[in-house]
Amino acid sequence: MNYIVPPGLYAFGEPTAADPVLVTANYKMSFDAVRRAMAGRNAWLLVLETFGINVWCAAGKGTFGTDELVRRIEASGLARVVNHRRLLLPILGAPGIAAHEVAARSGFSVTYAVIRADDLPEFLDNGMRTTPAMREMTFTLWERAVLVPVELVLALKSIAVVGALLFLAFLLGGGMAAGSTVVLVYFGAVLAGIVATPLLLPWLPGRSFALKGWVAGIVWSAACYPFAGGGDWSMTTAFASFLALPAVSAFYALNLTGCSTFTSRSGVRKEMRLALPLMGVALVVGAILLLAGRFL
Amino acid sequence: MKRFRYLKNVTTLELEPAGCIGCGRCVEVCPHQVFEIAGKRALIADRDACMECGACARNCPVGVIRVDAGVGCATGLINEWLRERKLGGAGGGCCS
Ligand code: SF4
Ligand code: SF4
Repeated sequence: MNYIVPPGLYAFGEPTAADPVLVTANYKMSFDAVRRAMAGRNAWLLVLETFGINVWCAAGKGTFGTDELVRRIEASGLARVVNHRRLLLPILGAPGIAAHEVAARSGFSVTYAVIRADDLPEFLDNGMRTTPAMREMTFTLWERAVLVPVELVLALKSIAVVGALLFLAFLLGGGMAAGSTVVLVYFGAVLAGIVATPLLLPWLPGRSFALKGWVAGIVWSAACYPFAGGGDWSMTTAFASFLALPAVSAFYALNLTGCSTFTSRSGVRKEMRLALPLMGVALVVGAILLLAGRFL
Repeated sequence: MKRFRYLKNVTTLELEPAGCIGCGRCVEVCPHQVFEIAGKRALIADRDACMECGACARNCPVGVIRVDAGVGCATGLINEWLRERKLGGAGGGCCS
């Protein structure tokens, strides 16, 4: 798949020298979002070389940055194309761009317009004023839902490997039924972290992602207990499953912070320092309990 | 964001109000409405909403904001795991 649009200056409609100049990344989805929002309007679009990465991530890396913007203004001859000196940038590009440096180096003043391209028409019709809603980062159910398949694909390999190992271990230790049961409850615990946690995010308790995932995992453990034949389990097996399964969910939930729109890295670091050792202990104690159960 | 709140008291955000010229850039760039302008100076109105994106520090013309920034893909600790990623919608936070 090709996610890249060649960088440079584009015309939407039939823009004149007085029409606005928008700036975006050369990630195809960013470009298309702006084009869709601007349908039927005249405007210039300056596309920066971000190597096919979206505005937010490219700004974080600095490719959607001051140097590239200044370079692209010069390379495109923008100063000769338009008769004003104003650029409209996506707010999420601000981490990479120093507006005052752009002004000093290129003569163009930077206005951070909106977060979502969909808001551009209203922004333009509004006399180029950003309303509070236009500069508020959201994390709607839909925005969370589209992350799920991405996360699943990324986790697929590790889930498959761990699932296969678990299956083998339980197959050898307890036969076919035990093998398939453990795979089912394991997959469920993973899905509690990757699917249920983002979808139910506002309703899961706490602020920590690991905690939210752990709660989802506890619910899953309790839910699958009767169906997985928990009544016939030994005490140690039951304990082990309630220890290990939520730890798995919590781990995958914690990984979601990489995609959320409101977690800080200091916060994630703190969570990891606290949660990772706990997860490790839960898994190890769970495994010891299972082994002990076999020999007691 | 009014709906979601992350951990309290973790952000490294710092503002040195004495040098602030009240230009409002920090208010303009912050996606979580952390700053307000009161009188002719910026103040941190909602510190715990900060996600450490660094936009305010980068755009403050007099350099009175400091933050240990790391965008979206929140941490170097799980960078390996995030490496191959460049999906994520235009407003999303998934970074490679
Ligand atoms: S680092 Fe980002 S989220 Fe934090 S205050 Fe600055 S602009 Fe706002
Ligand atoms: S960007 Fe800097 S100078 Fe401008 S209002 Fe904010 S803190 Fe003050």
